[in-house]
Amino acid sequence: MNLQSNDFELFGVPERFAQDRAALDQRWKDLQREAHPDRFAAQGGAAQRVAMQWSVRINEAYQRLKDPLRRAAYLCELRGAPIEAENNTAMPAAFLMQQMEWREALDDAGSVAALNGLDAEVRAARAQAIEACRRLLDDEQQFAAAAQQVRALMFIARFERDIESRLDQLGQ
Amino acid sequence: MALLQISEPGQSPDPHQRRIAVGIDLGTTHSLVAAMRNGVAECLPDAEGRVILPSAVRYLEGGGRQIGFDALPAQSTDPQNTIVSVKRFMGRGLNDLKDVSRLPYRFVGEPGQGMVSLQTVAGVKSPVEISAEILATLRYRAEDSFNDDLYGAVITVPAYFDDAQRQATKDAAQLAGIKLLRLINEPTAAAIAYGLDNASEGIYAVYDLGGGTFDISILRLTRGVFEVIATGGDSALGGDDYDQALVAWVLAQTGVQAADAHDLARLRVAARACKEALTDAETVDFVADLSTGPLRHPVRRGDFHAATEALTARTLSAVRKALRDAQLERDEVQGVVMVGGSTRMPQVQQAVHDYFGKAPLNNLNPDEVVALGAAIQANQLAGNDQTGDLLLLDVIPLSLGLETMGGLVERIVPRNQTIPTAMAQDFTTYQDGQTALALHVVQGERDLVADCRSLARFELRGIPPMAAGAARIRVTFTVDADGLLQVAAREMISGVEAAIEVKPSYGLSDDQIARMLQDSFSTAQQDMQARALAEARLEADRMVLATRSALKADGDLLSDAERATLDSLIEAALAAKSLEDAKSIEAATEALAKGTEAFAASRMNRGIQQALAGRQVDSL
Repeated sequence: MNLQSNDFELFGVPERFAQDRAALDQRWKDLQREAHPDRFAAQGGAAQRVAMQWSVRINEAYQRLKDPLRRAAYLCELRGAPIEAENNTAMPAAFLMQQMEWREALDDAGSVAALNGLDAEVRAARAQAIEACRRLLDDEQQFAAAAQQVRALMFIARFERDIESRLDQLGQ
Repeated sequence: MALLQISEPGQSPDPHQRRIAVGIDLGTTHSLVAAMRNGVAECLPDAEGRVILPSAVRYLEGGGRQIGFDALPAQSTDPQNTIVSVKRFMGRGLNDLKDVSRLPYRFVGEPGQGMVSLQTVAGVKSPVEISAEILATLRYRAEDSFNDDLYGAVITVPAYFDDAQRQATKDAAQLAGIKLLRLINEPTAAAIAYGLDNASEGIYAVYDLGGGTFDISILRLTRGVFEVIATGGDSALGGDDYDQALVAWVLAQTGVQAADAHDLARLRVAARACKEALTDAETVDFVADLSTGPLRHPVRRGDFHAATEALTARTLSAVRKALRDAQLERDEVQGVVMVGGSTRMPQVQQAVHDYFGKAPLNNLNPDEVVALGAAIQANQLAGNDQTGDLLLLDVIPLSLGLETMGGLVERIVPRNQTIPTAMAQDFTTYQDGQTALALHVVQGERDLVADCRSLARFELRGIPPMAAGAARIRVTFTVDADGLLQVAAREMISGVEAAIEVKPSYGLSDDQIARMLQDSFSTAQQDMQARALAEARLEADRMVLATRSALKADGDLLSDAERATLDSLIEAALAAKSLEDAKSIEAATEALAKGTEAFAASRMNRGIQQALAGRQVDSL
């Protein structure tokens, strides 16, 4: 294992979508305990530079592994089905219809309660898409289809941010 | 400065020799220095037994200066040369300061033209130089306490300090001749002192209202790991603002006006005294001796609360935002630690109590807790505490990005990212044959460049001429464990590493720091050389010690030939120390540092493998 190892190898966890979040958190802290620059503050520049590289790499892997969307995207890429969202904008018609309905609902929502209702609906859709990712990646090895789900998740994540900024505007 | 003891060649100094490492809280109103003594962190007192050093510096005619309590009385009589709350000006331009007209100082600098300076009888002083006076005073205090040279210090900064403010603090440490072990965030330092004292586990909030800054940090504490989940605040909101609000209220009530800088300073002093007295009394007279005559007006606690309600509300809105960033509800917070002298105000205590629905924790002195936590961390960073398993995982408080076409910000590192971190983004040219690119680095959460803080401007030159959009310029932002940013840029297709010129928007250039260093020595040249020589020798010693202890721990990773190379580099570094030329000593130290790079990498590999192996055995 070295700086070029993939995130799963670096964290010593199975290379699959389903992960135990508590185990990832714990592994992150164990690795940082070894590699963090604070452990080398009293040592020479060489040791500090190495520590910095490793610590950065461990944080990068942790950010990717703990976030279901980024983890799924990373696995698709490892399996030869890159996301390339900017070149793959074609989405199923049903999904686009739902997006449009959500957009309209967001434009019409004038109260915090209405926004929270919409938020709950979007969260449910997100959970469904994540479960679909898990099935396609871990059970069925349908990597191109999984990449399509990841692109759907990206739409959903963007929409969630829009709901949040509307909540911000309403002073919540 | 005395040199480290030099042992006979071949005989290593005791590796367990204790290094004097301190924590310094460089505060807006006052500063403290703390160190571990007999296993306990404590604040170091001055000759009169006072631990607090007022953050006040008075410049005298003829080159003298008064620092701390000595300077305070002159606040009213000589306000233009007596600088208090200088922390508010660190890394700040003239147009950042909202209340210039209410301050008694003579500011130097054009709006939009870098960090402000102050005109004093001793000449123009940068906030960095003024802060360095305070740091040097604390350094001497520590060296007197231990009768030994200082190895290094951890200095605390508000979590919400941006890159320019952090860099300014680091520069001040350099000017004060202090080896900076780490910049750490004040709330995190408080959490260390608090958490270790109480063996706490779970989610904690640290509410830190100081003299000039407000910070809120949400942390998860687990077995020696202090993980910051989110942080927020306002780097221009503190006890000073409560004073100003009180002054404004009294002036409005009485119709009195301040005639000059002296009056302004007297009103500030009076407001502070009145505010502090109101912590214990229901009604206090606001008393100031102004040039137009004496001013006396009764202030009830309720009046003060009403006059400052908006300020307290601003802190709570930052608390709400931090909780949302952490994706936590307020009832998931197990305890709220109160830090900073301004949290003594009853209305602040009450507001925090009401918001979290539980009594805030006040069992450590809010003035001292930050310095104490920094001392614990300093002791560990210096390598004094081999068994210490304290681990800080802090975050960057504000997003970092680049200006793109149309004055928009492209975010590269989002806020609340665990540091150290490195993130990259690719950009391209927009004109055929374009060979240079102007990059503007900004910090902040807003989408428009104009609403964010400008950190630096870069020019990337030497891009080979290509069609518009063909070049791929990768810009990498690296944020180190001090929370400081470095930016690198490279054109990926040609592989050409283009030249970069950094112009810090609110910082000091290396030349300016070198000049200040020179200015701070009266007999310039000789002292400079003596100091450079002493520092070069010290650094050589540090490097040799570190290499020897690494060899002792993991020497088996090296082949005989590699081992021999390192041994000869160590000998060369030791031999170079007897030279009278700092440059040659530095070269030998650098050669040793370079020679250990591969060794450092294999040591790290071994450490990581062991961490993983350990876990796998554990989880069986």
